[in-house]
Amino acid sequence: MPRLTSTLRLCLAALLLALVGCASTSGGNPLDPFEATNRKIDAFNESVDQAVLKPVAKSYQDYTPNLLQTTVKNFFGNLRDVWSVVNNGLQLKPKETLETGARVVVNSTVGLYGLIDVGTHVGLQRYTADFGQTLGYWGMPAGPYVVIPLLGPSTARDTAALLVDRHGDPWGQINPVASRNQGIALRLVDKRAQFLGMDDRLNEVALDKYSFVRDAYLQKRRAEVRRGPPSDVDELEEK
Amino acid sequence: MTSLYKDAQGADMFQQSISQVTVRLSRLINTGLLVLAGLALPAYAAPQAPDAFMQQLSNELMEVVRKDPAVKSGDMQKLANLVDTRVLPNVNFQRITASAVGPAWRKATPEQQKRLQEEFKMLLVRSYAGALSQTKDNYTIVVKSFKGSAEDNEVVVRSEIRGGNEPIPLDYRLEKNADAPGGWMIYNFNILGVWLVDNYRTQFSQEINAKGVDGLIATLAERNKSNSRK
Repeated sequence: MPRLTSTLRLCLAALLLALVGCASTSGGNPLDPFEATNRKIDAFNESVDQAVLKPVAKSYQDYTPNLLQTTVKNFFGNLRDVWSVVNNGLQLKPKETLETGARVVVNSTVGLYGLIDVGTHVGLQRYTADFGQTLGYWGMPAGPYVVIPLLGPSTARDTAALLVDRHGDPWGQINPVASRNQGIALRLVDKRAQFLGMDDRLNEVALDKYSFVRDAYLQKRRAEVRRGPPSDVDELEEK
Repeated sequence: MTSLYKDAQGADMFQQSISQVTVRLSRLINTGLLVLAGLALPAYAAPQAPDAFMQQLSNELMEVVRKDPAVKSGDMQKLANLVDTRVLPNVNFQRITASAVGPAWRKATPEQQKRLQEEFKMLLVRSYAGALSQTKDNYTIVVKSFKGSAEDNEVVVRSEIRGGNEPIPLDYRLEKNADAPGGWMIYNFNILGVWLVDNYRTQFSQEINAKGVDGLIATLAERNKSNSRK
């Protein structure tokens, strides 16, 4: 329960900050009414990343065995797949649900509790889905763009959905709390390590990194919500 | 016990082969970028169906990526050359630049338009070239069957990069063009749902609003300079 409360606190803080910044923008992206505040949080996140997370992720990538890194990535990926299966199901997508579900079954058994990604090897693809996407699929609008402290780009809808996502995270049920938190930290480092190199490229191609990331994030989320059999055609028609 | 040991070793080896397959998100994006870079093709006779055209282009791209030593070595000059000669003939770069620049494009002088196009091209080509050297041999691109009408002058072709543990959606907008080597030219594409042109619109309009078209040209030129120093 303490984890839920801290997440909740984080989200409330983000929303409050966002509201404070409400009056300060004009003429920007209508999807980003809290741009001034978002930029500040983004700058804060960036400095935390540069000071702590990025160096740790870099050392992790450079100094731990590749085998370990892959195993960690597979393990958490498999846990995440469980929640994706639920959400693909909630979005009534049979192919995505079954294929990702089959992955979980194969990886959790033959793949030794998810440590080995047998699923990919035998051609079972992962279709990632989360609760924000499910809400969007059923028609809830994304709402304004929000940069969450420490977590980064999101929208009002996806921020609210995070609370549910946390509940659907199997690792969140692990006891004792100390082990759980260690796992969460490791997962974060693993995730960051996967993005290393991307900021260099972003700095090369973006004229303004904040708006570049924002626009890409919003486009990507829209596509994720729209993707899937029932909406295939709309997507083609739209542009 | 022996069999257990063997299993563990097998698992290790397997794990290693999987780790080679492992795709990092940065690479995903890179790969998407470089797909444009693989549009190498000889002249085709009759105009093809757009999906067949893209499948052929994609296959040829992956072929080049697998076999060309310049790709593996990461030699920037050679890579940029490769992109220039084999990719760009299939891309309507003027249209890409014009729609990224937006309304200001029409008011720009021909000289400004030329400069915008050159600098934007340089920015993107360098990034494709960098991405080219990072592609994995086991990636394949599967083009989905085309659902629109073959009579249309502008079409969307959808595809997926496979080989990682998650399929990566990759879509193209093509226009019919009799002068193009394959009868079609790319004028926009998206990776993971992010359209290139759309994402640059804000980037460019911010610069133009603050510093005008010449300001945008200067910013792009400066960025290209600092990129090439890296």
